[in-house]
Amino acid sequence: MLRRRLNRLFGRDERRVDSRTIYVGHRPCPATDTFIPPKFCDNRIVSSKYTVWNFLPKNLFEQFRRIANFYFLIIFLVQVIVDTPTSPVTSGLPLFFVITVTAIKQGYEDWLRHKADNEVNKYLVTVLEDGRRARKESEKIKVGDVVEVVEDETFPCDLILLQSSREDETCFVTTASLDGESNHKTHYTVPDTEKGLESLSATVECEQPQPDLYKFVTFFSLCVVSLRSLGPENLLLKGATLKNTQKIYGVAVYSGMETKMALNYQGKSQKRSVVEKSINAFLLVYLCILVSKALVCTTLKYVWQSQPGQEEPWYNQKTQKEKDANLYLNMFTDFLSFMVLFNFIIPVSMYVTVEMQKFLGSFFISWDKDFFDPEIQEGALVNTSDLNEELGQVEYVFTDKTGTLTQNSMEFIECCIDGFQYKNRDSSTELDGFCVTDGPVSMLQQKEEEELFLRALCLCHTVQVKESTGQEDWVGDQVDGVLGLDGEMVHPAELRGFIASSPDEVALVKGAMKYGFTFLGMESKNMRVMNRDKDVETYELLHVLNFDPVRRRMSVIVRSKCGDIMLFCKGADSSIFPRVRQEEVDRISMHVERNATVGYRTLCVAYKLLSSEEYAQADAGLREARLALDDREEKLMAVYNQVETGMSLIGATAVEDRLQEEAAETMEMETAKSTCYACRLFQRGTELLELTVRTLEDGGRRREERLHEVLLDYHKRAVQDPPPVKTRVTSWTSAKQDYGFIIDGATLSLVFNSSPDSSHYKSLFLQICQNCTTVLCCRMAPLQKAQIVNMVKNSKGSPITLSIGDGANDVSMILEAHIGIGIKGKEGRQAVRNSDYAIPKLKHLKKLLLGHGHLYYVRIAHLVQYFFYKNLCFILPQFLYQFFCGSSQQPLYDAAYLTMYNICFTSMPILAYSLLEQHICMEVLMSNATLYRDVAKNAMLRWSPFLYWTLLGVYQGLLFFFGVRFLFSNPALQDNGQVFGNWSYGTIVFTVLVFTVTLKLAMDTRHWTWINHFVIWGSLAFYMFFSFFWGGIIWPFLRQQRLYFVFANMLRSVSAWLVIILLILLSLLPEILLLVLRKPRWPHSRQVRYTHI
Amino acid sequence: MMKEELETTNRPDNTAFTQQRLPAWQPMLSAGIVIPGFVLIGLAFIGIGVALFITSQNITVLEKDYTGVETTSDCYKCSNPSDKNCTCKLEFSLSTLFEGPVFFYYGLSNYFQSQRSYGASKDEYQLSGDLDYFKTPISACSPYQYDANQNPIVPCGSLANSMFNDTFKLYQIVNGTKKLVPFDGKGIAWWTDYNIKYRNPSVTPLKNAFNGTVKPSFWSKPAYELDTSDPSNNGFVNQDFLVWMRRAALPDFRKLYRRITEGDYARGLPAGNYSLEIAYNYPVLSFGGRKKVVFSNVSWMGGKNQFLGIAYLVVGSLCVVMSMVMLIVYAKFKFPEDD
Repeated sequence: MLRRRLNRLFGRDERRVDSRTIYVGHRPCPATDTFIPPKFCDNRIVSSKYTVWNFLPKNLFEQFRRIANFYFLIIFLVQVIVDTPTSPVTSGLPLFFVITVTAIKQGYEDWLRHKADNEVNKYLVTVLEDGRRARKESEKIKVGDVVEVVEDETFPCDLILLQSSREDETCFVTTASLDGESNHKTHYTVPDTEKGLESLSATVECEQPQPDLYKFVTFFSLCVVSLRSLGPENLLLKGATLKNTQKIYGVAVYSGMETKMALNYQGKSQKRSVVEKSINAFLLVYLCILVSKALVCTTLKYVWQSQPGQEEPWYNQKTQKEKDANLYLNMFTDFLSFMVLFNFIIPVSMYVTVEMQKFLGSFFISWDKDFFDPEIQEGALVNTSDLNEELGQVEYVFTDKTGTLTQNSMEFIECCIDGFQYKNRDSSTELDGFCVTDGPVSMLQQKEEEELFLRALCLCHTVQVKESTGQEDWVGDQVDGVLGLDGEMVHPAELRGFIASSPDEVALVKGAMKYGFTFLGMESKNMRVMNRDKDVETYELLHVLNFDPVRRRMSVIVRSKCGDIMLFCKGADSSIFPRVRQEEVDRISMHVERNATVGYRTLCVAYKLLSSEEYAQADAGLREARLALDDREEKLMAVYNQVETGMSLIGATAVEDRLQEEAAETMEMETAKSTCYACRLFQRGTELLELTVRTLEDGGRRREERLHEVLLDYHKRAVQDPPPVKTRVTSWTSAKQDYGFIIDGATLSLVFNSSPDSSHYKSLFLQICQNCTTVLCCRMAPLQKAQIVNMVKNSKGSPITLSIGDGANDVSMILEAHIGIGIKGKEGRQAVRNSDYAIPKLKHLKKLLLGHGHLYYVRIAHLVQYFFYKNLCFILPQFLYQFFCGSSQQPLYDAAYLTMYNICFTSMPILAYSLLEQHICMEVLMSNATLYRDVAKNAMLRWSPFLYWTLLGVYQGLLFFFGVRFLFSNPALQDNGQVFGNWSYGTIVFTVLVFTVTLKLAMDTRHWTWINHFVIWGSLAFYMFFSFFWGGIIWPFLRQQRLYFVFANMLRSVSAWLVIILLILLSLLPEILLLVLRKPRWPHSRQVRYTHI
Repeated sequence: MMKEELETTNRPDNTAFTQQRLPAWQPMLSAGIVIPGFVLIGLAFIGIGVALFITSQNITVLEKDYTGVETTSDCYKCSNPSDKNCTCKLEFSLSTLFEGPVFFYYGLSNYFQSQRSYGASKDEYQLSGDLDYFKTPISACSPYQYDANQNPIVPCGSLANSMFNDTFKLYQIVNGTKKLVPFDGKGIAWWTDYNIKYRNPSVTPLKNAFNGTVKPSFWSKPAYELDTSDPSNNGFVNQDFLVWMRRAALPDFRKLYRRITEGDYARGLPAGNYSLEIAYNYPVLSFGGRKKVVFSNVSWMGGKNQFLGIAYLVVGSLCVVMSMVMLIVYAKFKFPEDD
């Protein structure tokens, strides 16, 4: 969607000019002599990626495109080809494990897709073939087939509606599975095709397939009758469901992968989290360490060998082959060997662990019952698990007001007619519950104005009336639940349900109804309105000039009984004001302005009487534009703009959209820097900086100049001046002056678009924004929302942004921000489908960020640091050992230990930790927003913590190696005088290592559930058990029995025990000290507080 | 009806696990626990350290280098590698009883048994008595896989080939006459190596199994004649061979040669003069190595090793000092904060 908008913006719309011609029922028009059946793709939907045959190669290829996997593959191949110290198994097995796990997961997902595809493709549909009805599998439908669909079936492909069983040539569909909108939409048949489908020969000339669900430009030509143009209202989309219509016939125009649904089914762009970037940076560091280690060892080897007698001591002579080999080649293979030996420093299993952590961890979000909303019977939805930790990093929150901060249940509050304000008072005793609160009242003239205004409200909309329960078709259908209860005697008007694409339209119609003007519905192009005197007025609906977010207004052209042709227009003030007379604007704009700042949604209503010549011109223009095959939208837009001029303003409405529960509290928790596209966030003591069209037009000068001036002024106030210190000591708010900043859409576009100084303005604007507690941007187009997000996102320090919204107009913003959150509100599901996370209510954001986000961040950050650390102290002794084995790539640890270290011995505790850890319990996190700042700016994955962990790893690695080294200065460690060899050495180091890294994690664990206990102690027990077992028997099929009884013998040595205990304690000592002496992050109830030293 | 169903299917499970509310223990390492803990650990470590230190001090060690680098040494005459079957003497005297049982080690320096190619140069199947590998040893044994006549070498490989072959005889000089100190060659290798891991082929006599093979070039005797005095100590299950085959971790190492447990010397080596007769065969000077003999008795902690005792003492006192520091900090900062 965003891409489309951008394309349009930059004129990159690559429209294919050629169109396709379809022969309905494959019958050529008599006119065309040579009938060549055009070739289109069949109706098979293939959403699966793999087949049985290509799964293995394709999946492997995809997996090895990941840089880490590829790296390990290279290492594995080196091990196979070059004579390396460790067998290929040591790196092959973990790689195989990782690849297999991923392949199984992807294979399973693809299997599910196959199943779903088959269900769709093998579905039996009825096709009219030469007048006979035939059952066919859905996948065999060809473009041009006439398909029959009965009620509650989904359309098997994109169809043009030819015939409907309903009398009014319409049918109803829901597009819930396409865009989530569950209301019924009306589609129309192609005129003049109602009869004789069997013999109908016609051609359809339509565009090449394109993904836009709401755009469709087509000519339909019957061979005898003239051309007709069709639009989206004639097209039934694959995936939509037929409702309230017994059956329809339609001709297939797009099939299979060319349907709009399939074209829309493209993966979203991947968002990457900052943690992943940190991982990559750390990986680079470790790669450097690895390479330098290998280089050092290779150099040492050749330096050492150059000493007399060491090149080839008599006891270890070279083979003839080795002697013949090229020196430089030898060096290179030695280098590779060292790389292989030390490659365990790059944690192969980290990726799979991180992936598992994210995948499993996201379940906790969807499982959380606090996110469950009883109203919509749904909990949170996680669309991507890649961003869990990013939730703990959010610095700027962008929210959409309508439906996000508010409940999106609109209520008509007041209106302003001709400069006078009318307010809805609850007292029903007053006339119509409608009274003037200010201004003079000249009742008679006023009355007319009022009625005109209310009529406008009743006519200018696209609301449908939901028919009451009397009709047979509707019995039992309660989809929208707006109907009154059966059996109860309710006033007919109350029984009425209104269906509209946006709730404020309903609110307005309902508002008008309250004041006596009731919209009764459409009756074959006639709108029926019941006025105050209970008379029914009918108006012929001539044209609807649709609403769209760019124009931000809609109009209807109606003809009244007495033949007057009227245009009613309603829309945002910014789009109406320029089109009406200035003096009217002055009267009303104040009210609008005030209502807008109070937080109401305001709409202005204007009207215009069209003379018949004017109408004829407009009518012709509209028809012509609608027939256009190319650039239809642009042409329509031009006509719309032409018609909607010179109107007179009748009034404005204010609709209240109630704030969602706890919305204010939720927003308050945000850090001082949050930018809120919201209202009612200004607290007392907040100084307001206003930058709107109104402030700009004060001086009567050019806007640009004024803008420059105002911007500079605000910038001075908000940024440069040392903020006056106020004695507001709340727990977390900094004691500086809060600024609120208001900017409106028109001004914003000025900021962004004023060409020469654009970047200058932008940076000024950005700085002001960053220094304000709250920024309110009003009356913005969707693209502008995304622009703001993008601007903040790319500003200095690239802060993490979060966008939250509920409507289709928020999608661009949701896609643009680092994290997009959709509210499962009333404006359809478009936002939810495009979001990364979806929650039912705004108040859930608090727990999502402060609770889950914080915890996930801490978990994954610790996971990453721990992984690098444990592999560093794993490999460091192996590196040091090279100094004691003549740099001969002798591994210190047995191959089994090398292989199992990351897979078995140390993997489960950290996984359990990264899923279950709550270093601070959820309630405390939620009640103390300051804690969120502790982890802000990727605090746990910056270079200084990384350095700390690395130093810890180095310290421990050194300790492990040299501790055992000094012990082995006399290798007679048993009481029977026997000596230990190199494998005993390695096993002692390894035992210390496994215990230390596991206990280190145990010390970091602040939240010990039984799972943690089980996994941590279980891992250690497993290590002991495995070592006994591995060294306990002579393994058949294995040549090497290097560890045979090594572990058991080690345990028989008291010295070995003592050195293990000593080294574990000594390696953990600094950690323990830090733990005790560090100021606790959050005091527990009965905890002794400790201060820094 | 429908709605209730929906509710049950959509509502998240309300279990402790899914709500992240599993009962959990939240350990707090407060000063109240850590300070006494540290004191206890420190004291325990100091205790162990003292015990280790004293034990280590009580272990007697006698080390003698016999490489023959110095011209004054008797073994100097043997240091020329071309000189075969050279014997030299190493004389020493004990002023007090060298308490037994005495363990007799030989030590090598700057000798990299830990080199990878060296350690890999053996055929484990061959060493576990598989006759197939007598004919075709593994290629890793190269250049000690086949001799010049393409006869397979058994046991093959550098590791076996370079087996230590100096032999020692210890005499006590009693009134001018030499009295042989009996050596016990049993139980110097790991029990599992001797009884399970290494196996001779089940061919009797053992010599027949070696038909068609040649001994390692460095060896003077074939494997089946390593110990002429004890037929069960031949082939691959020879104690000296097994000791050698267990590679040392570090380039300076010692290996157990014999124990002195028998006869008059069961209680140890009495004070007096001793003469060690060395059959000097093993060349080390070519790679700058050294050879030594070590007499030592052992304790429960093994051979003499000062490191452990000192390390324990240091860490123990570190813990105690730490706890003192913490106590001071605790006293200084805690009380004012206390309600």
